[in-house]
Amino acid sequence: MSNRKWLDHLQRDWPRWLLFLFILLLAILWAAPLLYMLSTSLKPESQTISWPVRWIPAEPTLENYRAIMAATSDQSPLLRWMWNSFLTASLHTALVLLVSSLAAYAYARMQFRGRDALFAILMGTLMVPPVMNFVPNYIIVDRLGWLDTYAALIFPGLGGVFGVFLLRQFFLGIPRDLEDAARIDGAGPLRIYWTIVLPLAKPALVTLAIFTFMGHWNDFLWPLIVMNDPEMLTLPPGLALFQGKYITFYGKLMAGAMISALPVLIVFLFAQRFFIKGISLTGMKG
Amino acid sequence: MNLLRHGGTGQAAARQQKPWGQRIVPYLFIAPHLVFFVTFVATPVLYGFWLSLNQWDFLGEPKFVGLQNYLNLFDKSTVQGLYFWNAMGNTLEFVLYSVPLLVTIPLGLALALDTRLPGRVIFRTVFYAPMVLSVATVAIIWRWLLDTNAGLVNYYLKSILGIGEKIPWLADLPWAWISLVLMTVWWTIGGNLILFLAGLQDIPQTLYEAARIDGANSWQTFRYITLPGLKPTLLFVTVMTTIASFNLFGQPYMTTGGGPNRATQTAVMLIRDEAFKAYRMGSASAMAWVLGLLMMVVSIFQFRAMRQHIEY
Repeated sequence: MSNRKWLDHLQRDWPRWLLFLFILLLAILWAAPLLYMLSTSLKPESQTISWPVRWIPAEPTLENYRAIMAATSDQSPLLRWMWNSFLTASLHTALVLLVSSLAAYAYARMQFRGRDALFAILMGTLMVPPVMNFVPNYIIVDRLGWLDTYAALIFPGLGGVFGVFLLRQFFLGIPRDLEDAARIDGAGPLRIYWTIVLPLAKPALVTLAIFTFMGHWNDFLWPLIVMNDPEMLTLPPGLALFQGKYITFYGKLMAGAMISALPVLIVFLFAQRFFIKGISLTGMKG
Repeated sequence: MNLLRHGGTGQAAARQQKPWGQRIVPYLFIAPHLVFFVTFVATPVLYGFWLSLNQWDFLGEPKFVGLQNYLNLFDKSTVQGLYFWNAMGNTLEFVLYSVPLLVTIPLGLALALDTRLPGRVIFRTVFYAPMVLSVATVAIIWRWLLDTNAGLVNYYLKSILGIGEKIPWLADLPWAWISLVLMTVWWTIGGNLILFLAGLQDIPQTLYEAARIDGANSWQTFRYITLPGLKPTLLFVTVMTTIASFNLFGQPYMTTGGGPNRATQTAVMLIRDEAFKAYRMGSASAMAWVLGLLMMVVSIFQFRAMRQHIEY
């Protein structure tokens, strides 16, 4: 584009360019904390506080990462916490998909006594703030002998009703023809559910999976309550311990923050459209 | 493997031609979820209320005390009465500061990005990205940025704006609240932004064309087409954001520790301490019920108020 054309454009459209510059400035402010985290994590501890601020480390080094990874388990086992997070979030998510979709299929397609009353009760509990359930759930989990075990992180969330609601809505929108055809061919309800309905519901299942996984991965309060053994913590409450250990060693703190942020940021960048679609899909029910 | 085996038994049950065999199939489908629902959602609601009528240190036997735990909350001579309303007040304060910003900033951004602004997909990504981080990661980053002596924020305040004073962002008022609101805005506006963008997509283009033909200016278009069209989204966003703000916990837990002097201790923080540090299970349950009921009342009130405004 020639300079002249560009100037013409600017003259005609200056409010839009002003808006663009404003949003650009805001976006830089939004990205800055993440970039500064990366920058600090690559500086030797002696150079994290040097004025003027250097955004690009003079001598980039991975020593902070090495130091926090080398920490033994009685200190701050970041990798162990990450594994705990990953394992429990994965199992929890897989079970949520299975349990919710089974129930949702029955509520959407089958006739049975008490169905509508049951579903109404489920929906009613969507209104109940989770904070009311923390104390009693802690006691129930204790009675089951699940404190300090993965079970405390995997199972209690399976009773949630949001997934059932979301999938039921989706199942209701699937035409019945395919299921009817399969039934005439002699397929039982479980086969129809597994081979016909679930594959059709993939978009809704992916959405539910992403949000269940992220919700579990980022959950802070519940693992903090049910885990006393530092070895059993997930990453978020683990990071609270980690922060207490390195208090002002900001190079190491930022390396820890990077390690916790990187997997989710990468997943987000690659699966972005699912996030965006998912939020819109789940939000629209309001 | 487990899944398949589970499938096998269910199928066998379904194939039985006896009427009861068919009638039982739907219940087999809902049973797994129902077991967890009853154990971890329905029972806790009732159990929590029963706990709130007892005094219990988690070790001995619960002692029924009627409404005593609730009465204590209204008695300034008890620790509970003293600290509970402080924490509730702090929580409400945060709701009042944060919700307007968490609704209007994403709304403004959505309107800006909905025009054919160059780079809008990249902008959307940048504004949403912090939301995938956990609150712990966010808090660690911001504690560094807001460090009184070495933080980036005070550094740029001095070098760009010439403000030499070292602001104690996390240690003093009103700065601690400003910091908590700031990091929450940075962390969470992305979700609401996406919801608003989706809401804007749902407004039929024909309405805008009609307005243009009628000679409406941009303010009129916003006021009479965009805003009414966004009302359902606005309602949903406001209610969900308010609920989220009531649950404030991780940010102050990780950055201010509830200080200075309990000034940023929130209701959820106090309930956790009451239950899992002081082991007063009954009292903590009573607090959780008061907080939970307040949240429900506020949600219902918001629904009512905004639904009335939707009718034009």
